[in-house]
Amino acid sequence: MARPRVVILGAGVAGHTSAGFLRKWLGDEAEVTVVSPRPDYNWIPSNIWVGVGLLEPAQVLLPLQPVYARTGIQFLQAKATVLHPEGIEGDPTAFVEAESTLPGKEGEPIRVPYDFLVNATGPKLAFEATPGLGPKGHSLSVCTAPHAKAAALALDEAVERMRRGERQKFLVGTGHGTCTCQGAAFEYIVNLEFELRARGVRHQADITYLTNEFQLGDFGMGGVHIQRGGYVTPSNIFTESLFAERGLRWVTQAHVTGLERGRASLEFLDGGDGEETFDLAMLLPPFKGVGLRALDRMGADITDRLFAPSGFMKVDADYAPKPFGDWRAADWPRTYQAPAFPNLFAAGIAFAPPHPISRPRQSPKGTSITPAPPRTGMPSATIGKAVARNIVDLIRGAKEPRHTASMAEMGAACVASAGANPFRGTAAAITVFPIVPDFERFPEHGRDPRHTFGEIGLAGHWIKILLHHLFLYKAKMRPFWSLIPE
Amino acid sequence: MTPERTPHELSQQAQAFFATKPTALTRFLRTSIPWQMYRFLVINLKMVRIIRKGHH
Repeated sequence: MARPRVVILGAGVAGHTSAGFLRKWLGDEAEVTVVSPRPDYNWIPSNIWVGVGLLEPAQVLLPLQPVYARTGIQFLQAKATVLHPEGIEGDPTAFVEAESTLPGKEGEPIRVPYDFLVNATGPKLAFEATPGLGPKGHSLSVCTAPHAKAAALALDEAVERMRRGERQKFLVGTGHGTCTCQGAAFEYIVNLEFELRARGVRHQADITYLTNEFQLGDFGMGGVHIQRGGYVTPSNIFTESLFAERGLRWVTQAHVTGLERGRASLEFLDGGDGEETFDLAMLLPPFKGVGLRALDRMGADITDRLFAPSGFMKVDADYAPKPFGDWRAADWPRTYQAPAFPNLFAAGIAFAPPHPISRPRQSPKGTSITPAPPRTGMPSATIGKAVARNIVDLIRGAKEPRHTASMAEMGAACVASAGANPFRGTAAAITVFPIVPDFERFPEHGRDPRHTFGEIGLAGHWIKILLHHLFLYKAKMRPFWSLIPE
Repeated sequence: MTPERTPHELSQQAQAFFATKPTALTRFLRTSIPWQMYRFLVINLKMVRIIRKGHH
């Protein structure tokens, strides 16, 4: 009997974790194939340090082919374009249509049959959502290693200008009203400030944080409350303190309507318009699904059955529209199985959240200025592992998935660098439980105060360094890699 | 005569004025090696607890 074929689309944190555990747990019971358009794994949290010139891209990238060749995982460097979950008329074998991205073979069609499919395609960086946003426009990004390297080179040029006596304006934050990943923008601005001090030019810099958050410290999670110094304190207090201490200015509740050279046009939640000028801008894009389509066996388009309008894949969440007051922890998916096809899962950023975590807000013009929910890093990896476990069980005869990884039932540990130096550096070490607030279990703030914690200091920086090396080791799938937690 | 402040400077001044600031002791402890070695252990233990709660 032919071995079951498990195909994973994407080799980011979720996809790579899924692939590794599927191979480890299934051994020779199944074929495991990863389809990813890029040849490398990127440890994205360390892109921040590439973006300020402290690391080179090669130090955060890991070529996938040697890892997969050594571990017995098939690797196809290709971009998935169309899912055929019912196969085609006359052949019910489900398959994925993909296009090669191998140099010299770009665009060649590939057909990848599967018995189980994990969609871990991550986000499309939707720079086009804001005119002029992104490396092809007038701002920089740290979302990929090459983007981060370009940011570092632009920073070097700015520093040179400051050394010549020119004052420089830096604008860091979110480039659209629906952005997520504010943590990355936070890390970049505080690392930028630290680096400018280290290079002796801080006095020549005006640094502004621009964000779609209602208040600083929201991070797309509705903020967190932390017990400290005899008070339960909301995260905006800590974040404002960090910024004020470093002389950083902040602008909140902002949607960027467009960028021109050195100028960002803004719309605010109260309906007002504004503008920020800059010499260097690092503004994150909003995320969308990667644009996968789905066809039924007759070739009819069923994309809207499988995917939300955002392009992210529908899974076992409650997607019924409901007002903020009716949101429940139970709305969030637990097994990440697609309701339409039990052999189809989504992991990491690729799954469609049922709704934001932060309270949704619109300007009087109807522009949504609400952070999207984060689902990077630890939750992505935890989801990827749970999906792998469930596929193993299903292959071995289980009737339905039993392992769960709801973001409303799991915690997250996050370390946000605030300056990289082994003796003078600091990082904010944060734990939250659960990631999605559960006001039925924890009525006051939605989270368990015993497990929701935050602290800034050198120890956090040491942990960040440790995590960089541990997770790259884990991604290489070297001996005992699976003992390293997600 | 005090030089006139730009709107940018006024905005920055107001934000910083109303924000909580760390004391000298807090800033010292953030990079004090012995204290941070202790905090390294504490934070790691807290993170391990969170990781263990995340698996079902």
